[in-house]
Formats: sequence, C-alpha cells, structure tokens
Amino acid sequence: MSSVLVSTTINGDPIEFACPPEETLLDSLRDRVGLTGVKEGCGTGDCGSCSVTLDGRLMCSCLVLSAEVEGRQVGTVEGMVENGQLHPLQESFIDNAALQCGICTPGFLIAANALLERNPSPTEKEIRYALAGNLCRCTGYDKIVRAVQVASKEMRKKSKKTKKK
Amino acid sequence: MRYEAPKTTKEAATFLKKEKGAAFILAGGTDLLVKMKLGLSEPDLVVDIKKIPAMNAISHSATGSKIGGAVSGAELGEHKGLCKTWPGVVEATNLIGSDQIQSRATMVGNLCNASPAADSVPAMIAAGAKAIVVGSTKRRTVPIEKIVTGPGQTSLADDEVIEAITLPKRGKKAGDAYLRFIPRTEMDIAVVSAGVNLTLERGVVKTARICLGAVAPTAILVPAAAKAIIGTKLDDEALEKLAAACSAACNPIDDKRGTIEYRVRVAGVLAKRAAKIAFQRAGGV
Repeated sequence: MSSVLVSTTINGDPIEFACPPEETLLDSLRDRVGLTGVKEGCGTGDCGSCSVTLDGRLMCSCLVLSAEVEGRQVGTVEGMVENGQLHPLQESFIDNAALQCGICTPGFLIAANALLERNPSPTEKEIRYALAGNLCRCTGYDKIVRAVQVASKEMRKKSKKTKKK
Repeated sequence: MRYEAPKTTKEAATFLKKEKGAAFILAGGTDLLVKMKLGLSEPDLVVDIKKIPAMNAISHSATGSKIGGAVSGAELGEHKGLCKTWPGVVEATNLIGSDQIQSRATMVGNLCNASPAADSVPAMIAAGAKAIVVGSTKRRTVPIEKIVTGPGQTSLADDEVIEAITLPKRGKKAGDAYLRFIPRTEMDIAVVSAGVNLTLERGVVKTARICLGAVAPTAILVPAAAKAIIGTKLDDEALEKLAAACSAACNPIDDKRGTIEYRVRVAGVLAKRAAKIAFQRAGGV
C-alpha cells in the first residue's frame, strides 16, 4: 500500500509525516506526531474527545483524513499552553474541578476556546449549545459550564487590561 | 485505498468513471469516515472535492444563489445574505450535529447520504432548489426531489458528482421555515420534520411548497398541503386542511423513536407551525 506524505502546520510548528491514505488525523496526531492530548472516544464524531481546530475551525479529528490537512493549520490542546503557562480555560477547569477522569477534557478545552474566540461573553445557554458536541460521563457538565463562565470573565478582564496599556 | 484531490469537478467525475473498485466522494466526511470506521464502506478510491474552487463558492446571479457542494454548514450559517433570503434552508442545515460537525458537514453530503431524516433536504425541496450534477461527459440540472430515490439510494450515475445547489431568486414577500421534532434539545435525528416555503401577494398566499422529512422512504413534497393554503391568509381553517393533507401524505416506519400514529399526527402539527413562521417571514399578518 502506498502512503501519502503530509506537510502541515501543527500548533504553529511545521510538521511532515507519511501515513496510509485512509489514516485519520486523530491516529496521525497520536501515533506519528506524538500529540496524545487528542483522545479517541467514539471514533465516529459523536463525543468530541478528539476535537482539534483546522484553519481555526473546530472539528473532530476522527472525521478528518490526514491527507486532507496538507498545507493547513492544525491546533491541538498542546498548543493552548503559552510559554509554559496554562491557558486561562485550563486554569479554570482545575480551579472549578471541571474534570474527573480527564479523557474528555482536551476536547472540551478546544471547543470552549473556539467558542470564546468567536463569542468572548457567552451566556450559559450559548455555552451549553456550543459544547453539545462534547460528551462527559463524569462531571454532569455543570462544573464544565461554570469553568467556561469563570474563564471567559477572566479573559475579558485581561484583554481590558492589555488594551489600557 | 487511494486518495485524490482534483482541482475541477470534471476531473473528479473522471476519477469516479475510471475506478473499477468502490469509489466515494469526500466532502465533510461526517458520513463517509463513520462508515469507514464501522466497516460499512471500504473504499478503493476516495475523491476529496474540497480543492475544487467551484465547490467552495457561494455566489449570486440574476436567477438566484448557488452554494458549492463543499460549503460547510458553518460557512452557510455565517453568510448574512443567505440567512436573510433563505432562513429556513440555513436553519435546517445548521441543525445537523454539533459545532464540530457543522465545520465539516455539507448540504450536498446530507442530500447524497440519502437518509429519509436528513434535515437540509425537506428545506431545499420546499425552496425549489436544484442540484448541478456533473458527470465525466455531461452536466445536468436536477430538482432536489429527484436525487434521492430511497434510503441510502440516489439517482446519480457512478461517474456523477453534485457541484452545487441552486436556490431560486427571491422576491420581497417570501419566506421559508423548517422545523423538526426530536426528543432532546440538540444532537439528534429528526423523528418528523417539515419545510415550508411560500410567497404572498396582497397578504394572501400566492405560491407554496411543503415538504416533509422522516415520514416516508424519502423526503416528500405534498402538493395537496400547498393547495390547502394557496389563496388564504393562513386562517385556522386553511391550517387545519394543511395539517390533514400532510398527515394523509405520510408513510412512516414504526420504530423506537416514534410510532406510525405519532409521526403522522406530528407531521401535520409541525407543518402548521412551520407555515406560520414562513408566513410571518414573508410579511404576512
């Protein structure tokens, strides 16, 4: 079987790898690139554990072929950390106990970040709808929603401060 | 499996024609990759259409709007012009799956997957939308209601690809709406659905198209329901006749998600509600 050579950008870094044409982005990220933050829950686009961004858009990496990401920008949970500092959403998930087993957490973080980028002050209802594609079997969601609310407040405060400066 | 990403629709059709094994089109992959994962599809060739410029474009002309076959639900929902002229079509498409799915899923993929419960299909049929079908040797324009022939079955030839969907030009006194019933608030498949598109003249319904989903092997256009409201101001009597015509047109399955009786009754209820929204959007009082 012939493999495809994929040149892409992941979390800002240029990456090249070869894989079979039927391999999903999820499998390439985990097994070839070594980014194991992305998780496989269902493998059929229902649970959101494998959420990544592709050219800034939120999607399930289990429903993307690696061959499709040639020349594009992939974002994973590993890219949310800046200069060794956790993202405000990650801090908020810890502070608000928004995780237990942690399998769904990277997907929730990526999805919540995608939401806050397009809507910095979402209502609870908007948060619940935006995270409807992410399943969590531990928390019952309330703490996750609260963590996103707290993080959005923090991030708005920070962006105000930087604007003043 | 081979992966090809051609630059033109004709090239895509030629790849399909030449392939002796199982060939599949890849747009958003929200159906194809699931079927591959579950072992329901084992492609020898996957043709990715997202590198074809015509597939990614939304354009407007004197005759209406054209939406490329690879335009995602999210892109459609961000298009202010289409949200204004065809809110029912956009809402129907945006009901499919989560935000993750919306980033990838397409109207044409929803159509060609040929599920009787596809959300965008009744809205497109009600709108009078057409598919631009490109084969390896010829192009043709086909009304959406002629594409799906049964669950998982379409009228497309092996070498044919849908390049775009066209929506007719819109007058001012016009409105469309789509409603579906699901037992939850999000992330579910329609138990029953209804798309309504109408135009008004001096406050009276002049033309109407009503299409039901998930109540028959394919989405069904119900001319008797349209007839029931044409020439009316959508008064209670007209709405009752509309509901009765819709219920009479149903030929649903009985399954865990809804019984036959339930689907037949709810089809009428949803059609009435969707008609009221479409009427209001058209400026009716």
